[in-house]
Amino acid sequence: MAAYRQAVLVDRLLFTLKYASCQPCCGAVNHWAQYSTATACDEKTFDKILIANRGEIACRVMKTCQKMGIQTVAVHSDVDSSAVHVKMADEAVCVGPAPTAKSYLNMEAIMEAVRLTGAQAVHPGYGFLSENKEFAKRLAEEGVTFIGPDTHAIQAMGDKIESKLIAKAAKVNTIPGFDGVVKTADEAVKIAQQIGYPVMIKASAGGGGKGMRIAWNDEETREGFRFSSQEAASSFGDDRLLIEKYIDNPRHIEIQVLADKHGDALWLNERECSIQRRNQKVVEEAPSTFLDPDTRRAMGEQAVQLAKAVKYSSAGTVEFLVDSKKNFYFLEMNTRLQVEHPITECITGLDLVEQMIRVAKGYRLQPRQEDIPINGWAIESRVYAEDPYKSFGLPSIGRLSQYQEPLNLSNVRVDSGIEEGSDISIYYDPMISKLVTYGSTRAEALARMEDALDSYVIRGVTHNIPLLREIITHPRFVSGDITTNFLPEVYPDGFKGHQLEAQSRRELLASAAALYVTAQLRSQKILGPLRVSSAPMERGFWELCVELGGQQHHVQVTKSGDLYTVEADGEKVDVCGQWNLASPLLPITINGAERMFQCLSREASGTIVLQYMGTMFKLQIMSQRAAELNSYMPEKVPEDTSSILRSPMPGTVVAVSVKPGDTVAEGQEICVIEAMKMQNSLTAVKQAKVKSVHCKAGETVGEGDLLVELE
Amino acid sequence: MMAAFTVARSSGGLFSSLRVSFRNFANIKHGAAAASSPKSALLPDRRWYSVSHLSVKERIEQKRKAALIGGGQKRIDAQHKKGKLTARERVELLLDPESFVETDMFVEHRCSDFGMEQDANKFPGDSVVTGRGRINGRLVYVFSQDFTVFGGSLSGAHAQKICKIMDQAMTVGAPVIGLNDSGGARIQEGVESLAGYADIFLRNVLASGVVPQISLIMGPCAGGAVYSPALTDFTFMVKDTSYLFITGPDVVKSVTNEDVTQEELGGAKTHTTVSGVAHRAFENDVEALLNLREFFNFLPLSNQDPAPIRECHDPSDRLVKSLDTIVPFESTKAYDMLDIIHAIVDERDFFEIMPNYAKNIVVGFARMNGRTVGIVGNQPKVASGCLDINSSVKGARFVRFCDAFNIPIITFVDVPGFLPGTAQEYGGIIRHGAKLLYAYAEATVPKITVITRKAYGGAYDVMSSKHLRGDVNYAWPTAEVAVMGAKGAVQIIFRGKENQAEAEAEYVEKFANPFPAAVRGFVDDIIEPSSTRKKICSDLEVLASKKQVNPWKKHANIPL
Repeated sequence: MAAYRQAVLVDRLLFTLKYASCQPCCGAVNHWAQYSTATACDEKTFDKILIANRGEIACRVMKTCQKMGIQTVAVHSDVDSSAVHVKMADEAVCVGPAPTAKSYLNMEAIMEAVRLTGAQAVHPGYGFLSENKEFAKRLAEEGVTFIGPDTHAIQAMGDKIESKLIAKAAKVNTIPGFDGVVKTADEAVKIAQQIGYPVMIKASAGGGGKGMRIAWNDEETREGFRFSSQEAASSFGDDRLLIEKYIDNPRHIEIQVLADKHGDALWLNERECSIQRRNQKVVEEAPSTFLDPDTRRAMGEQAVQLAKAVKYSSAGTVEFLVDSKKNFYFLEMNTRLQVEHPITECITGLDLVEQMIRVAKGYRLQPRQEDIPINGWAIESRVYAEDPYKSFGLPSIGRLSQYQEPLNLSNVRVDSGIEEGSDISIYYDPMISKLVTYGSTRAEALARMEDALDSYVIRGVTHNIPLLREIITHPRFVSGDITTNFLPEVYPDGFKGHQLEAQSRRELLASAAALYVTAQLRSQKILGPLRVSSAPMERGFWELCVELGGQQHHVQVTKSGDLYTVEADGEKVDVCGQWNLASPLLPITINGAERMFQCLSREASGTIVLQYMGTMFKLQIMSQRAAELNSYMPEKVPEDTSSILRSPMPGTVVAVSVKPGDTVAEGQEICVIEAMKMQNSLTAVKQAKVKSVHCKAGETVGEGDLLVELE
Repeated sequence: MMAAFTVARSSGGLFSSLRVSFRNFANIKHGAAAASSPKSALLPDRRWYSVSHLSVKERIEQKRKAALIGGGQKRIDAQHKKGKLTARERVELLLDPESFVETDMFVEHRCSDFGMEQDANKFPGDSVVTGRGRINGRLVYVFSQDFTVFGGSLSGAHAQKICKIMDQAMTVGAPVIGLNDSGGARIQEGVESLAGYADIFLRNVLASGVVPQISLIMGPCAGGAVYSPALTDFTFMVKDTSYLFITGPDVVKSVTNEDVTQEELGGAKTHTTVSGVAHRAFENDVEALLNLREFFNFLPLSNQDPAPIRECHDPSDRLVKSLDTIVPFESTKAYDMLDIIHAIVDERDFFEIMPNYAKNIVVGFARMNGRTVGIVGNQPKVASGCLDINSSVKGARFVRFCDAFNIPIITFVDVPGFLPGTAQEYGGIIRHGAKLLYAYAEATVPKITVITRKAYGGAYDVMSSKHLRGDVNYAWPTAEVAVMGAKGAVQIIFRGKENQAEAEAEYVEKFANPFPAAVRGFVDDIIEPSSTRKKICSDLEVLASKKQVNPWKKHANIPL
């Protein structure tokens, strides 16, 4: 399958020792059990496991392996050679160049790595080869254990159409309007009309929400058909599609199941994953606020029925759509460890990876259904390297120049596979980490999530913390009133960041002004004996002009020691803090209440960028006089961008639909950029003639690169 | 000979002008004393005699007032309309509030031709504001040309005012900042004006290396006038409103028949990206002046002072983990030297000089544990970080500034060599490359060198090597110190032989690592990248008392 085969190199350097020092970054050691260690005392499982994955999930699996005394083997692409998962593993094998098809999906090379290292089992993580029956089969042929379900189950559940038939037979509720394979756009439209709009179109073979599109009319069906089939072909090499009834106002709630090779299966409660953007999960929680014990049991039991029907073993997830009347419909079954598994571990105390390894070795499940608890509440935020201001998140890339996980807080777990200095590249998923917080109640877990997001330092890439922070504090989310349409419903005009109210604006102005004065005073502190004596300004009062969001605020600052009294917008605020100008984190006490600010930049021209309530605010601070003079400065006219199309993100040009001289209508597609397996259609903002085209299909482009110029 | 003559002439000018003012002063006093006794009885309400209707006190007030509005409200408004501040507003923004002490507010031009002698054509202070003040409490001398008075043109009096504060700055030992906004020579004054330029040039040269001199071009600066900024240590510009050229577009058109706009010929973009005349450009007057304040804080006041140490919040022993993975495994792959610099220096605060010119070398100021340091680094991201004509000259000038003003130099080396080609050879890479070599060899300030990756060939020697008296030379584990890359080396050593690949591997094994240099003591240590900041901070502490003197000479002869 792979045209490219790189000589497999064994990286003999053992990085284990090095990694030991940064162990805590993969999970805090807290007073609550993330997952139990009690079960694995004297059971012999494997000596060596190869983890056929990268990033956080590879690290996550290795962590349990280390706990169980199992040697680990990492595979990596050449660009990942110094990645955290490579350093963490006992051995590492390079399996090819950066593109996933040539490395992490390169079965040949991974099989070679298994042979070379003598691994007895392979944990596939999620994505990549995790639900590839061919891979599982080849491992089985070589006598290597695949830590996951049997090929039969993968195959049965991997196909959306077949899985529904099986589910139906197993008396699991399924979605009405189910249909078959679609070959042409016209056929798609016909089927859609039969089912009745809205309909959902997606790749048959795809997992998660990838490639899923919703159509409300014939035209959208055609468009959806085109995109989905393209994406299906590029992502899965299988262009079959599925069209079915789309349920309005649905919630996405899934049941974690765990089954062994002896016919036993458990359901480990639910995860609510309704907060999604473009059908990809953003915030998950366990348990759901929506389910009552009866519904939960009904869903759990159906999930177990399905698992048993396909003789499932290992951990798996049965996804349901739940409507407002708590009717639930089977969506699909994911035959792998889910991204969001940590929240289940938090509330049940089970280590799912450990259970998967045990089950793969053939051990029976130890806990019984009645032993599975719901202890407290867990919330997971997926921290992505993406710009939330562009359709709730377009990928961004870069180098993490500064990176600090909020592990100083209790009840926080961060699953990540990156560290300060790591690159977020265009080749892989842009996820930075999974930030999980836990509490005995939902309110506690949410409050902790707020703190954790505020204290999370990420520099060098654009990230989605602004959006996450807004979601988890939104009244609708806090009250549990959510659906999978939450984001478009709450932000119909797109996400715009935190909207300041009078008080929070005042706090922001006051903190920025205090920081500015601190920096100004520090500039005068030249140490050592001076030949020409210095004449610092000894003053305790400043009149400043602070510009925020296009509005000028008159701000007066009085300083006494570390305490600043700031009068902003006519009201006084007491601001107190450590005022460390080197630290990215600024814990500040405002009128007695503790707030966490982050300082992203501080420039000579008085521009200060602060992160407050998750959102980045740019403030321009000057003395009153400087501000007066600044009013004479000309407004620099920004470049007219309506006739210039730039790439909104780094990625690959899939198709260019225009050539110079063409006339495009407003909204007409100009080209398609693929980034992180997402196809994004770029359209004309106005009707115009195409002046020049600066890209061609297959090319890699960076964010902001000029693609097409219009006249 | 020439210089001596000019000194004599100009100091004569200074004395004569002093005499003039003294005479005036004496006259008045004398007159008052002589006249007071007989007239006082007649005019008891008049305390002294005056030829005009106004008392001297009132005249002082009036002159001061007149000086403060320069060319008048109309011209001030016109200046504002152009998006420019007035000379006084600029001084006000640049200096600490109320710290400006003005000199020569009453100086007027002395031209009597073309009707210039009329009162309407006299402006107290003439077309420049001069004096001293403080920036963050530290002393500075400043002149600010006033475009509202005769377009800021340079008269004899104007030049004399500038010379006076420059002389004072030299005697005290404090920097001079010039805010340039001048249409050029005062044509009515003819040679007087030209002499004035030369007086300033001379002082620029004499002050060079004694006190830091900074020029901020905030309007036109054309003709001979450009040589004053050119002689100063740093030239900054304001985008869209400032121009520097020897001859304007009209003359260019008539001589070379080239069509070129002012902006293209001598705008901020041209000089910061193409010509290398200016060191940095800012968006507008306010931003430029605020940045200048920040920049000033990096500099010592004179060559008698050590590099300043500012209070620092960044721990000097901070480990920078991200540096352990910054150099890619493939030695052909680029990375950003700025990432290394930002991570190592205090608070990620790096004031880059010439960020858009000869980008294959990065130079600028930063602090290490509060102390100002000059940073030089090859930039692998641009032209593989090779040394060429422009980057050598850029680096050399920066190194010499640091050396002149006791600023330690930290050099990050990743250099594949000098850029080959006819363009470079014909352009004189030999001569220009020698400048950087010269500058490093000559420098006696603390020199710390970190080889991050490649240090090939002659460029290795140049980049602050041990052999050029580097005080501390470190290599990262990724360092490769060799005469050239493995491929080239093998082609020479094993010319015509088979098994080139094998030989190449052998060469890599032997030389593409820090050992050959380390075993010979050419690098002092091979260090973990993450510990670089900690090590440099501690080295600088020790090197603060470094004393090294070059042999006596009248002056050295750098290959210009």
